[in-house]
Amino acid sequence: MTDDKDVLRDVWFGRIPTCFTLYQDEITEREAEPYYLLLPRISYLTLVTDKVKKHFQKVMRQEEVNEIWFEYEGTPLKWHYPIGLLFDLHASNTALPWSITVHFKNFPEKDLLHCHSKDVIEAHFMASIKEADALKHKSQVINEMQKKDHKQLWMGLQNDKFEQFWAINRKLMEYPTEDSGFRYIPFRIYQATTERPFIQKLFRPIASGGQMHTLGDLLKDVCPSAVDHEDGEQKTQVMIHGIEPMLETPIQWLSEHMSYPDNFLHISIIPRPTD
Amino acid sequence: MAEVEEQPVPASPQSEERSEAGEEAPDGGAVAAAADAVPPPAGSPGTEEAAGDMKKKIDVLLKAVGDTPIMKTKKWAVERTRTIQSLVDFMKKFLKLMASEQLFIYVNQSFAPSPDQEIGTLYECFGSDGKLVLHYCKTQAWG
Repeated sequence: MTDDKDVLRDVWFGRIPTCFTLYQDEITEREAEPYYLLLPRISYLTLVTDKVKKHFQKVMRQEEVNEIWFEYEGTPLKWHYPIGLLFDLHASNTALPWSITVHFKNFPEKDLLHCHSKDVIEAHFMASIKEADALKHKSQVINEMQKKDHKQLWMGLQNDKFEQFWAINRKLMEYPTEDSGFRYIPFRIYQATTERPFIQKLFRPIASGGQMHTLGDLLKDVCPSAVDHEDGEQKTQVMIHGIEPMLETPIQWLSEHMSYPDNFLHISIIPRPTD
Repeated sequence: MAEVEEQPVPASPQSEERSEAGEEAPDGGAVAAAADAVPPPAGSPGTEEAAGDMKKKIDVLLKAVGDTPIMKTKKWAVERTRTIQSLVDFMKKFLKLMASEQLFIYVNQSFAPSPDQEIGTLYECFGSDGKLVLHYCKTQAWG
């Protein structure tokens, strides 16, 4: 099925053109030029912004430099959410490049987790994969892997090596043929219009009658407001990796092909633009 | 006790708390007692939801791993919207750990939930027999 493999590549190599600007109140010795970067959707902000950090630190006094954090239009951006999710949730339907503000002061403790090293990102990433496999296979697949396989998943992401990552990750996407799908689908649904964190529940890919559950079935079950049609008009957009998959798409297929490397389907529900 | 003087207490001990018993005893007891209260979330997605959503607070069973100090009170009723971080902060005070000491929390003895994850969500996905079992440890125990 060459077509489906192409989907994995397209997801992996998705990029968002981004313009980083230093926050106006940061004290600099020279003017800070904006910095442009193509951000990989599947990665994490603190994993791919070493150059951004260096660029702005050059114009700052050492004592003014604390832990870096990012903000978009007043919203602190959670580094532990994948970049593509942050964009879909907060910046869909806005003009590119994505304009992110860089801060080195006043770390918003309430909103963001600290990220003092790449180890923190690795721990978070591996924990997500393990949680996902607990849902998909009762942790059997991830537990049968060796330490070096776990490392390969992480190194694949960190070094943007598609083949290296998928050589291991495909095992996490398998299931016994008699089951026709995972035990439960690892998904999280985020809503732009609420302060509440994501929705995550148990959801089986196959209905008790044997038919495949679709994206629409999932939303109807756990987030009915997302598929509420008022006057025949859908008021929301359901986004994964910057596109709106058809609601008829089987959720098992989406889980296998459109999950992020952390093995979760991160689904954004955002208001549909009015014009 | 420690929880009285603190304002943002994330949890309150349960009336049916079991104190002195060893590590395993409360677990077995709780299974029998809670078996009829909330069905385990192993059924079809539609059915377990109703009962689970009724409860405002989640029964959380805290189990120490390795040489980590044991909480005298193991079973707590915790608000659904409490995050793992706030539970950890509370436990560190309860166990009189220093701020610099770390406390790791594990679900299913396999993964560490992210600090901003909510107890209610974890219960919905990983609870069983009407409660959520969390293991805690001062050093990284799993992965």
